[in-house]
Amino acid sequence: MFARRDLLAGLLLALAACKGQSTEPTQKPAEAAPAPKKEEGISLNGAGATFPFPLYSKWIAEYNKVNPNVKINYQSIGSGGGIRQISQGTVDFGATDAPMKEEEAKLAPSKIFHIPATIGAVVVAYNVPEVTSALKITPEVLVDIYLGKIKKWNDPKIKADNADAKLPAKDISVVYRTDGSGTTAVFTDYLGKVSPDWKEKVGVGKSVNWPVGLGAKGNEGVTGQVKTTAYTIGYIERAYASQNKLPMAELKNKAGKFVAPSTEAMSAAADAVEMPDELYVSLSNAEGDAVYPITGYSYLLVYENAKDATKGEALAKYLWWGLHDGQAFAKDLDYAPLPAKVLTKVEARLKELRSGDKKLLSGA
Amino acid sequence: MSLSSDVSLVRVRSRFWTRFGREVNVGDFVFRRVTAFVAALVVLVLGAIALAMVRGSQLSLAKFGFGFVLTSVWDPVRDVYGALPFIYGTLASSLLALLIAVPISLGVAIFLSELAPEWLRSPVGFLVELLAAVPSVVYGLWGIFALAPWLRESVEPFLAKYLGFLPLFQGAQHGFGLLAGGIILAIMITPTISSVSREVLRAVPSALREGALGLGATRWEAVRITVLPYARSGLVGATILGLGRALGETMAITMVIGNRAEISSSLFAPSYTMASVIANEFTEATGELYLSSLAEVGLLLFVVTVLLNIVARVLVWRVGRLPEGGRL
Repeated sequence: MFARRDLLAGLLLALAACKGQSTEPTQKPAEAAPAPKKEEGISLNGAGATFPFPLYSKWIAEYNKVNPNVKINYQSIGSGGGIRQISQGTVDFGATDAPMKEEEAKLAPSKIFHIPATIGAVVVAYNVPEVTSALKITPEVLVDIYLGKIKKWNDPKIKADNADAKLPAKDISVVYRTDGSGTTAVFTDYLGKVSPDWKEKVGVGKSVNWPVGLGAKGNEGVTGQVKTTAYTIGYIERAYASQNKLPMAELKNKAGKFVAPSTEAMSAAADAVEMPDELYVSLSNAEGDAVYPITGYSYLLVYENAKDATKGEALAKYLWWGLHDGQAFAKDLDYAPLPAKVLTKVEARLKELRSGDKKLLSGA
Repeated sequence: MSLSSDVSLVRVRSRFWTRFGREVNVGDFVFRRVTAFVAALVVLVLGAIALAMVRGSQLSLAKFGFGFVLTSVWDPVRDVYGALPFIYGTLASSLLALLIAVPISLGVAIFLSELAPEWLRSPVGFLVELLAAVPSVVYGLWGIFALAPWLRESVEPFLAKYLGFLPLFQGAQHGFGLLAGGIILAIMITPTISSVSREVLRAVPSALREGALGLGATRWEAVRITVLPYARSGLVGATILGLGRALGETMAITMVIGNRAEISSSLFAPSYTMASVIANEFTEATGELYLSSLAEVGLLLFVVTVLLNIVARVLVWRVGRLPEGGRL
């Protein structure tokens, strides 16, 4: 209670000090407003998906070397936030892992293009100390684990494909992403495709009502739980698993082959699926022997008709660069580059970008 | 009892300012206006927050009505939302945190203000307060990599073995769950409660202690009979401050509580708090009803906090009116 008295006295003192200042005649002359700098630089703002963030920040750094006049900011606030911000026009481009829904597209003032930028994979990581070589997991087993039907690591259904592995009689501890995420969207999209049961009971989305398991926040949270907790299984982006050296399961694809999540297997998925005109498509559970089945595009979102021609042109040129020179950085960061035939379609789309009547990439 | 009433301010009179025929001190005039403005601003901000929350949650209020706080299904895919598990998780984790933190903090405060040798007081006090300066994400990471594995390997099997007959200590042992959340919160609120308590105990006039000791009381008796009763309304206040922090904590608890919208009688089971669900799902939430439901969870958190604070005020007021030395 003395503290209270001290506080009061302090407040009074502070006030007295303020009073003393305000009566001083030395009113600072209003500082001359800094002359608007004649800057030739253009600044572009983007926001959205966290999943491709490492690649986008690499692009921005590299593009800055090529074209120092253009300054690009990208905030990885999540796909939902990216869609909201581009729709409200508070950013110049958005980014998302799951394509915009029709009702979301309606909220935007004009047409928004999806530009596929890169390909990522979601891997099934696990921590079973007894198992030394990569586990083989079928879609049925994966669904049953996440539905809570398979509870033990030595379940006969798991054993069937892993005859050599020493599977312990331990409970499976299931981990999922608790924050809404594109990673979850890609993963549940796959589970929904391989299991009608999953589609009906749980559904597909960025956040779903998980039947079993523990929720961890972010890819790093799931990675942390899998890494520190024995007998855990979780799904994460490939980059997190490979950087943390977590074992990744080989998944049985539609063709019946067990495939590890390599960049080649991701590209194979993109090769196998025809890219439609709207330039977004799900890659999960694609046909083909070499395909890794939980794969997905990540998209950039831009207005077809840019309000500001200068900015629009800079953005179009940046996108063009990202889709050509930028693809070279994908592999090192655990993403797969776009296949050539998809690239042709994206190029055509980029050439449609305009501001009023002016095509933005006429010179390119 | 209330010391705040006898605060006497030194009046500095300057007689050159008169208004309405009365002498008015310039400083007093400015002081009154400025403080009144600041006070009004706080009320306005509070009102604006409440209004924004209510407006944001219109859709969900209309669709689910009172059922929102009574149902337990949270399913963004089907657009069905019920907030009961979050309310339970918030209250249960905060209560657990208080159960752990209050005895520890009181012990720290009594030791530092009554028993510790002079040279030890400020370093230990400083270290305890340092806990408050650790960012909550660091607590969260520590929770994931140290606390949760320890709970899973040692504490939870021990509790299940010896206290397993209680529903509180049954079920699968993950490490992550309500228990981990409560412990993290307890560590985070301990510096708040203990440093305020220490100040409160220091404010007890030493005449009281000396009187008790002079009458032949032991150290423990002197603390129990004179110091604690004298300080109790301040101690309740300190606890409430800690509770406030526990209710609103988001990052650290999200990282260890397991984030599952379920109500379980077991402390081992995963749970979910109101602050966590907002932080987790808001960034990726699309769809009007989904956003509106998250806003309503925010509104509920606001309401719960205000209600608890009112209860706390009443408690402090009642405790303050008890006769000296009376029991709580």
